[in-house]
Amino acid sequence: MKARKIKEKIIESILLASSSITSITVLLIVVFLFSQGVSLFGDSTVEKGSVMAVNKNNPVKELTGSQIKEIFDQNVVYWNEIGGKKDTIILFRIDDIGNYYSDEEIGENFEGLSECVSRLVDSIPGILAYFPEKYLSKNFKGKVLPLEKVSLKTLFKGKEWFPSAQPAAQIGAMPLILGTLWVSLGAILLALPLGLATAVYMSDIAHGKVRRVMKPLIELLAGIPSVVYGFFGLIVIVPLVQQVFNLPVGETALSGSIVLGIMALPTIITVSEDAMRNTPRAMKEASLALGATKWQTIYRVVIPCSASGITAGAILGIGRAIGETMAVLMVTGNAAVIPHTILEPVRTIPATIAAELGEAAQGGLHFKALFALGCILFIITLIINLLVESISASNKHKSH
Amino acid sequence: MSSTIASRKRRNEQIAFWLFRLLSFGVVAILFYILYFLVSNGIKAISWEFITQMPEDGMTKGGIYPAIIGTLYLVAGSMIFAFPIGVASAIYINEYTKDGVLKKIIKQMTNNLAGIPSIIFGLFGMALFVNQLKFGDSILAGSLTLGLLALPVVIRTTEEALKAVPDTFRQASLGLGASKWQTTSKVVIPIAFPNIITGLILSIGRVSGETAPILFTVAAYFLPKLPQSIFDQVMALPYHLYVITTSGTNVAESRPMAYGTALVLIVIVLIANLLANALRKYFGKKVKMN
Amino acid sequence: MNKLESIDLNLYYSDFHALKNVSMAVKANTVAALIGPSGCGKSTYLRTFNRMNDLIDNVKIDGGVLLDGKDIYDKAVVTDELRKQVGMVFQKPNPFPKSIYENVAYGLRVNGINNKKILDESVEKSLQQSALWDEVKDKLKKSAFELSGGQQQRLCIARALAIEPTVILMDEPASALDPISTSKIEELIYELKKKYTIVIVTHNMQQAGRVSDYTAFFYMGSLIEYGETKEIFTNPKNQQTQNYITGRFG
Ligand SMILES: Nc1ncnc2c1ncn2[C@@H]1O[C@H](COP(=O)(O)OP(=O)(O)O)[C@@H](O)[C@H]1O
Ligand SMILES: [Mg+2]
Repeated sequence: MKARKIKEKIIESILLASSSITSITVLLIVVFLFSQGVSLFGDSTVEKGSVMAVNKNNPVKELTGSQIKEIFDQNVVYWNEIGGKKDTIILFRIDDIGNYYSDEEIGENFEGLSECVSRLVDSIPGILAYFPEKYLSKNFKGKVLPLEKVSLKTLFKGKEWFPSAQPAAQIGAMPLILGTLWVSLGAILLALPLGLATAVYMSDIAHGKVRRVMKPLIELLAGIPSVVYGFFGLIVIVPLVQQVFNLPVGETALSGSIVLGIMALPTIITVSEDAMRNTPRAMKEASLALGATKWQTIYRVVIPCSASGITAGAILGIGRAIGETMAVLMVTGNAAVIPHTILEPVRTIPATIAAELGEAAQGGLHFKALFALGCILFIITLIINLLVESISASNKHKSH
Repeated sequence: MSSTIASRKRRNEQIAFWLFRLLSFGVVAILFYILYFLVSNGIKAISWEFITQMPEDGMTKGGIYPAIIGTLYLVAGSMIFAFPIGVASAIYINEYTKDGVLKKIIKQMTNNLAGIPSIIFGLFGMALFVNQLKFGDSILAGSLTLGLLALPVVIRTTEEALKAVPDTFRQASLGLGASKWQTTSKVVIPIAFPNIITGLILSIGRVSGETAPILFTVAAYFLPKLPQSIFDQVMALPYHLYVITTSGTNVAESRPMAYGTALVLIVIVLIANLLANALRKYFGKKVKMN
Repeated sequence: MNKLESIDLNLYYSDFHALKNVSMAVKANTVAALIGPSGCGKSTYLRTFNRMNDLIDNVKIDGGVLLDGKDIYDKAVVTDELRKQVGMVFQKPNPFPKSIYENVAYGLRVNGINNKKILDESVEKSLQQSALWDEVKDKLKKSAFELSGGQQQRLCIARALAIEPTVILMDEPASALDPISTSKIEELIYELKKKYTIVIVTHNMQQAGRVSDYTAFFYMGSLIEYGETKEIFTNPKNQQTQNYITGRFG
């Protein structure tokens, strides 16, 4: 008797342990994602061990990552554009030292290099010098600029994503967030009307026979892997979009929306059709018995009764679209710029992670930035899931 | 007056129904076209050699044998992990907990896990299994990552299967003095078993096509040999399709390979769906007759 | 003239023969009760009068059903026009998840009447006819679900009256209600008879005796006996009918 009790207890604890795995996994995902993602903040976008320095009379006190990039791309050429005097910006990289000093002055083993750099910065008022920290002499006569630390602002306000840029990595998530939203919203705008119409047709208009053919087809298409949809999109949709709109490239936000829309259709159709079929038969009969046509019954009774189920389906569809990786990666062109029209290439958060994680050095700024993107994605999808749950929960309340 | 209203009612209904019919047939046509396009092109590429040979000439010729084997390993690996744990936790949720805080938390967390995008599983799998636990890019790391992704699917389908078992069976067994576990293992699980297996098959369909979770945990771009241990990398069908369409050495020439690979993936999903439906039907009848 | 009449009516659910050669007529401004054991086809028969069975897949009907002498299964008949003349009240109260007002106005709205004055008048009149007006006149905008079961059923009757039908079909309208609500519904039926022709399905023998002028006894899809309620209850001609009404039924 006692042995049996012990056995029961052991089995119960094994079952309990198993059922805690999902919770543990969610917690571990949060821990790993956020510990890597948050460690991004406080790092500098300028490569470790390098210094940015200016002449001591230069009033500019600091440079942001994006200002540095603009200067090195020569989009900004005067100091007064960024709050300094009217001087031209003269860029100095350590390789340029030979243009200013002779080999003797620098020394065979670069022993005079620090001194040369210091003198050079002192002598040219408009200089911006970028050089390794080891050549910073003890009595440096210029002004070393403090390096900007990555902050939430850098991440969310930054308009450029170019994490391997030199000398300052650009990690603005704005274009990626916008790209994700554009592509997903486009997908839903395409899929929602079509999906709802199909759901209405299947639940209340079509013959039982038609429905019995459509339902398994739609279920089958829900199961086809996203990489296959991406492949189809690349071969069929992308050239189609290119031709129809006469574009230089067909990999655009629109192509992404179309492919994602097609992928979202099965979800939207199944969820809203279920909701509509759950409308109590008594409700429909009451309406018909009052002389309403089938169509009046659909839009006056069936759709209002299943509104929350339909909403849940739509939001679920958006959530899937936002998190979708492979198909988007294959058809949107992956240009990390803020889109102006839907006929331009864009890049989404999941596609960015998939495309870049392989080449990012573990523990580096780029690596951490990708995890930070993962955090953003995680939070967005979590909110969406909670929304869907609260909608279906309130729905259950109503029907009881 | 009333007859104009009546005819307007009818006309509106006609218009609405035609519109809906048109839109739904449009949707079905698109979906059919996708299937037709992939199947008709894929069939030309498929041959016995295609599924039994190594890729050749920069993956423009030969077959996809290593990718098929790799996917098989990953499916088996992830299911060895996810199936027992998933079934056990569903049993715990459905048979052992009462409605309460614990049950709520477990279900909520399972839902949350189900809603996490697959690319995040990829990130997590890389951070935990590949880097932290030092499994490296390996079948082990990939299978565990895929297993975690499949876990909520297994739990949900098993829960449904258990819920479908009428309470009278449990009461009868408990009334005869059987313990909770005896009741569960001897009465409930055998009745629910076909539906549990259906869930397993559907998860296999899902797992075999996932790409994002294996990108950084196991998938190899090109590996013309079969794995020797669970610490080896493998090729996998979905990843293979991805690379030969986007970054192969010669994208245009490997197109037939891509069509073939896509078809193999579709066939896997198709078989999984058909098998699941057939099982459901077959055992559905049997249970009713008992 | 007979208000409603069925002639050699047969109905099949796929292969199942649910109504067998049913012929019977109902006079205007009378109440006819359909009685019989559960599953004998009472609801099925009732629903042939407003063609509610049309909604079910694989239903086959032959024979005729006449309303005011015209065949309602004629090709030219439009079901929603027919249902405006033949209202229906169901077994369980089934108000829409809308306000009390909108429930009653529903039938008018779907027939293109949106004029507020007409709607207001009709809602009030219908609620008065169903003896619910005094109870709800101050909360017309409240959800119909806030009413009690008996009130909900009277709301459903008001809803059916609002479209001014000439026939009202009732399928066990009081079976889900408490005794007080039931007697209110029965009084109501007595009042409504003055204006409408009523066909009512009931399980309850006393109820049939109290509210109906004529009674039809169904058994396994066949109409066994039909006649004046007094006759049927005191002097049934058929042995099966006798067994049923005296409670000696298998
Ligand atoms: N939709 C349907 N499909 C098939 N058979 C039905 C359907 N509705 C009712 N039936 C069958 O028809 C017979 C009569 O049903 P019904 O008219 O509801 O009986 P009652 O109202 O007298 O209890 C029953 O045997 C029932 O099983
Ligand atoms: Mg009935």
